Amino acid sequence: MTKTENVPAAPVRVLLIDDELGYVNVLSNRLSKRGFIVGKASSGSEAFQALRQQDFDVALLDLKMVDMDGLEVLKVLKKMAPEMVVIMLTGHGSAEAAHEGIRLGAYDYLTKPCELKGLIEKIRDAYRQKLEG
Amino acid sequence: MNAEKQHKYYQSLLRNIVLSILITAITPTVVVSIFILDAFRVSYEGKVYDHLEVLTRKHKRSIDIFLDEKLMDIRLLAKTNRFEELSDATILNQKFNELQRAFDRSFVDLGVVDHEGRQIAYAGPFELSNVNYAGAEWFEQAINKTFFISDVFKGLRGAPHFIVSVRQERNGDPWILRATIDFGEFNNLVEFLRIGETGFAFILNAAGEFQTNPIADVNADELMVFFKELGLAKQSHLVTQKRTPHGSEVIYALAPLRGGDWIMVIQQDAADAFSDFKKTQRIVLIFIVLASLGIIIASLIVSKRLVNRISQADKEKEKAIENKEMLSQQVIETGKLASVGELAAGIAHEINNPVAIMIEEAGWIQDLLEDEEFGGSENLEEFTRALNQIQTQGRRCKEITHKLLSFARKTDSRIVEIPIAEMLNEIAYLSSQRAKYSNINIQTRFEEDLPPIPASETEMQQVMLNLVNNALDAMEKSGGNITLGAERNGDDILLTVVDDGPGIASANLARVFDPFYTTKPVGKGTGLGLSICYGIIKKIGGDIHVRSKKGEGATFEIRIPVPRASASSEAETDGEPAPQVSVDPGIQRDEA
Repeated sequence: MTKTENVPAAPVRVLLIDDELGYVNVLSNRLSKRGFIVGKASSGSEAFQALRQQDFDVALLDLKMVDMDGLEVLKVLKKMAPEMVVIMLTGHGSAEAAHEGIRLGAYDYLTKPCELKGLIEKIRDAYRQKLEG
Repeated sequence: MNAEKQHKYYQSLLRNIVLSILITAITPTVVVSIFILDAFRVSYEGKVYDHLEVLTRKHKRSIDIFLDEKLMDIRLLAKTNRFEELSDATILNQKFNELQRAFDRSFVDLGVVDHEGRQIAYAGPFELSNVNYAGAEWFEQAINKTFFISDVFKGLRGAPHFIVSVRQERNGDPWILRATIDFGEFNNLVEFLRIGETGFAFILNAAGEFQTNPIADVNADELMVFFKELGLAKQSHLVTQKRTPHGSEVIYALAPLRGGDWIMVIQQDAADAFSDFKKTQRIVLIFIVLASLGIIIASLIVSKRLVNRISQADKEKEKAIENKEMLSQQVIETGKLASVGELAAGIAHEINNPVAIMIEEAGWIQDLLEDEEFGGSENLEEFTRALNQIQTQGRRCKEITHKLLSFARKTDSRIVEIPIAEMLNEIAYLSSQRAKYSNINIQTRFEEDLPPIPASETEMQQVMLNLVNNALDAMEKSGGNITLGAERNGDDILLTVVDDGPGIASANLARVFDPFYTTKPVGKGTGLGLSICYGIIKKIGGDIHVRSKKGEGATFEIRIPVPRASASSEAETDGEPAPQVSVDPGIQRDEA
């Protein structure tokens, strides 16, 4: 893969929400390198805090976190920033929670661990969706 | 061997039950019957004895009265007439005629005898005037007693008779008035007394001579000995029983007459006296025998039924225990599987995150390597190769955790559209590890563009895994090939699991789908797997068959109907589908 192919016209702002800090950090590095503006949050409350300081186009939300259930976080996110598109990250086999998330307004879900390529594609799809309204 | 032992056990059980019933039922019947019979016998005997005694008393009285009467007449005659009058033959004849008129010829004759024994006057049918009785036994006794009744004797006239006499005195010398009593009439008093069939009466004197004619043979001497032993003199009446030399029992009722000079005897055979009782006894015996027979038959029938019931219950129990054991084994295995699955799922989840981080970190290094100017580095190529390897192996980890998670997924019996190719590949993959150890090659072979089958994903997986596992078990030692196939067959999808293992013996072929039927060693198989498969396939309207020959492998065929709409639409877009072979993508991909 080359870095040019993934760069969008306007930088897409992505908020990564995952209590696995190592994952958030490395993903942040790789996405930043590809021209995304990345915000990091290791919990629901950190995500809400980040949202209060800055707007994001897309949020990547891990459904399985220690402090708060991902679906609860999703509900709050949708209230705080209704136009922000949320992509859920789930463990394998927890499709039910993902379906529930989509019912609550999430855009789509990815099974973790996922390929970076697929992730970026999903983010761009989501962004397009946001632009189209 | 075991069956024989069981048979013996039930036989002895039957015997014991029959014996207990017989003892508890027949014993009281017999005891009560005997008791009642004995009580009845005692009371009946008492009654018979009483009856005989009453009869004896009555007859003794009538004989006493008869004799007293005769004596009275003579005494009256002697008292009211003087010696001079009575010794006149004409007057005596007159008196005799008066007596006869009054007493129906009981009196045979009349005579007046002086103290020397000379018959001074005589009235009667015989020529006995002036007969001298001196020296006659009766005279010796009569002359010494105020009144006298002699024993029966033949005397001068040669016919049995007896004498009644009264002693009077004239001028200091005794004389007697004697009358002969007609033996026949006296005899009638006794002889006509009949009791039952064999009962009759007779009179004996102290010497054991008959005073009446007995109607049957009687050994008087023997009887007298017996009576003396009894001490009859001390008792006025006696009823007793004696065994005759012929062996039959005879009842004797005795009564003394004339102050013990005579004995009146009524004798009757015991068999006759107790004939009613014997009849009753026979009836009771027949009743006991019939009742016992009934009890024996009933006890046999009841016991047989009981034992049959017990053996049936035992069999059911054994079967139930067997089933329960197998079921509980199945439950335990299922439980084990579930907990292992949960454990695996937990581990897989935890591993997912670090693996994701590893992959991404490797990617990040790759990103950086591309950015910086490392062109001069000799090891750049080696770095890139190593990073790629890290990513590849990371992906492999990911795949393993995904499989583990899908294995541990909760059973879901919702009918969904299952993509066949994906399912077969997954089954092949899941079984590949075991297959590798047993040197077995698992292949999938299916037509392209098969329509999805409507079934529960977990249940279909269970069925296919079960068939594959059975094949693996069968070929564990020999190794070989297993082919998972899928093809269109009319409106149905035909799934096949074909192995080239040892096959199934034809005797077992018909039973492989029976619950609890297994040829695997104890503890290895529950015999439930294939019957569960059968149930699952039947539930979705499908069919499962097996074709096999000993030594030629086995083919399991599952036919699943696919709704016409989805089947035909797929078929139309595809035209005539050509069979294609896809060689075990799961295994080979991983080992690459």
